[in-house]
Amino acid sequence: MNVAADVASWFAQPENWRGPGGIPVRFAEHVYYSLAALALAAAIAVPVGLLTGHTGRGGFLAISLANFARALPTIGVLTLVVLGMGLGLVPVLVALVALAVPPILVNTYEGVRGVDPQVTDAARGMGMRGREVLARLEVPLAMPLILLGLRTAAVQVVSTATIAAYVGIGGLGRFIVDGQSQQIIEQILGGALLVVLLALAVTALFALLRRLVVAPGLRSRPASPSS
Amino acid sequence: MADPAHEVWAAAAPLWGWAVESARWGWQNLDDPVGPLLAEHVLLSYASVLIGLVLAVPLGVLSVRYRVVYPPVLSGVNALYAIPSLALFFLLLPYTAFSPWTAIIPLALYTLAILVPNVVDGLNQVPDHVRQAAAAMGFSPLRRLLQVELPVAVPVIIAGLRVAAVATISMVSVASLVGLGGLGGVILTYGFARNFAAPVVVGITLSVALAFATDGLLVLAQRALTPWARDRGPARRGGRGLAVRRRATAAARAGEKGAL
Repeated sequence: MNVAADVASWFAQPENWRGPGGIPVRFAEHVYYSLAALALAAAIAVPVGLLTGHTGRGGFLAISLANFARALPTIGVLTLVVLGMGLGLVPVLVALVALAVPPILVNTYEGVRGVDPQVTDAARGMGMRGREVLARLEVPLAMPLILLGLRTAAVQVVSTATIAAYVGIGGLGRFIVDGQSQQIIEQILGGALLVVLLALAVTALFALLRRLVVAPGLRSRPASPSS
Repeated sequence: MADPAHEVWAAAAPLWGWAVESARWGWQNLDDPVGPLLAEHVLLSYASVLIGLVLAVPLGVLSVRYRVVYPPVLSGVNALYAIPSLALFFLLLPYTAFSPWTAIIPLALYTLAILVPNVVDGLNQVPDHVRQAAAAMGFSPLRRLLQVELPVAVPVIIAGLRVAAVATISMVSVASLVGLGGLGGVILTYGFARNFAAPVVVGITLSVALAFATDGLLVLAQRALTPWARDRGPARRGGRGLAVRRRATAAARAGEKGAL
């Protein structure tokens, strides 16, 4: 329990909370990178997922591409973009977006596909147009899965944003990377703990979001189209 | 004026040069870093997924037998999944040092978030009449589990294994940041550190190829393990669509943990 005490004293030191390398600044940077990547990925994956799910066209292609992207090693993508463009935020964002797109895309697509055709038929029978069916029926019904995809992506992005430190920018990964190079174990553990806390906070945030945006009738069900 | 096809070729030429250079580098360095690191990649990822499966099956069986167990088990594996892999690697370093376990333990724990729900779903979807028939034939509960329920659950379990395997294979590279990442070593040590793109391309390509090859092997394994499904033919009504869908649903359900 020596280690735990060391970590606690690392957190207790006031100089770790001050300045551009302090915990609050690093935490904010980490949140900023993660949010930017998640927003970009959602801007790509949600429309594509909704469209392919709604029309049923291109779904196989989209899922295959997502599976391909999922097989890409993030470290490799990051390194390749760094070699092409130099160190900085852009390579990190490219790698994180590549990481976040597949779960959002697959879940959005599956969510819309999984809507009972009888329900959409009924909506069409009531005179709804394709766009209305999508906006007023399919999106709300798919919402639990869309949120699940976003949550999955968010947790992955938060944990992966640590590697930003390897290409010379900030975030909580700095504590881990610098702690490793200076052999300060408690700093590595402190940084890791902060990332874990952020990931858990993200999970909690999505649980809250689920309460807010998922229709009451869907909430009691688990977030999967289980039979 | 400008021939569009020509422009496309002109743009593609450097890419082609890149591909040739990468292939040459990979071939020339096959014996030294590439081959052994690829083998390490296979070892780390396969061991992680296998250990994950060995843990997930009993956890899933218990969760189905004793329903109260499932919610805490599910929360547990989901909480594990929320822990970043890099953090886990570093948390383990003081205990396991630079042994393969530093990579294998976190990666195996991550697979649980995918595999346990799939084992549970697979067992839950065994039709009641099948269970009753087995009981009526005098199967003991253990024999029924091993010879009837688990085989019937194989397609769903393998759907989970496919997601877990692809995710794990792409995640192994991260372990190169603590010195044992298989192809991640090719990417970082030979590419990043030397500012040289060819090893990076080789590392990515082999990693993706390994993921797809493993996925294919699992499909073959499923065919071998479920001869009854094959004999019946791939159900004309949506055979492939169903398979794709089941897999995607498994991915969605598991809240797949992707690269890293």
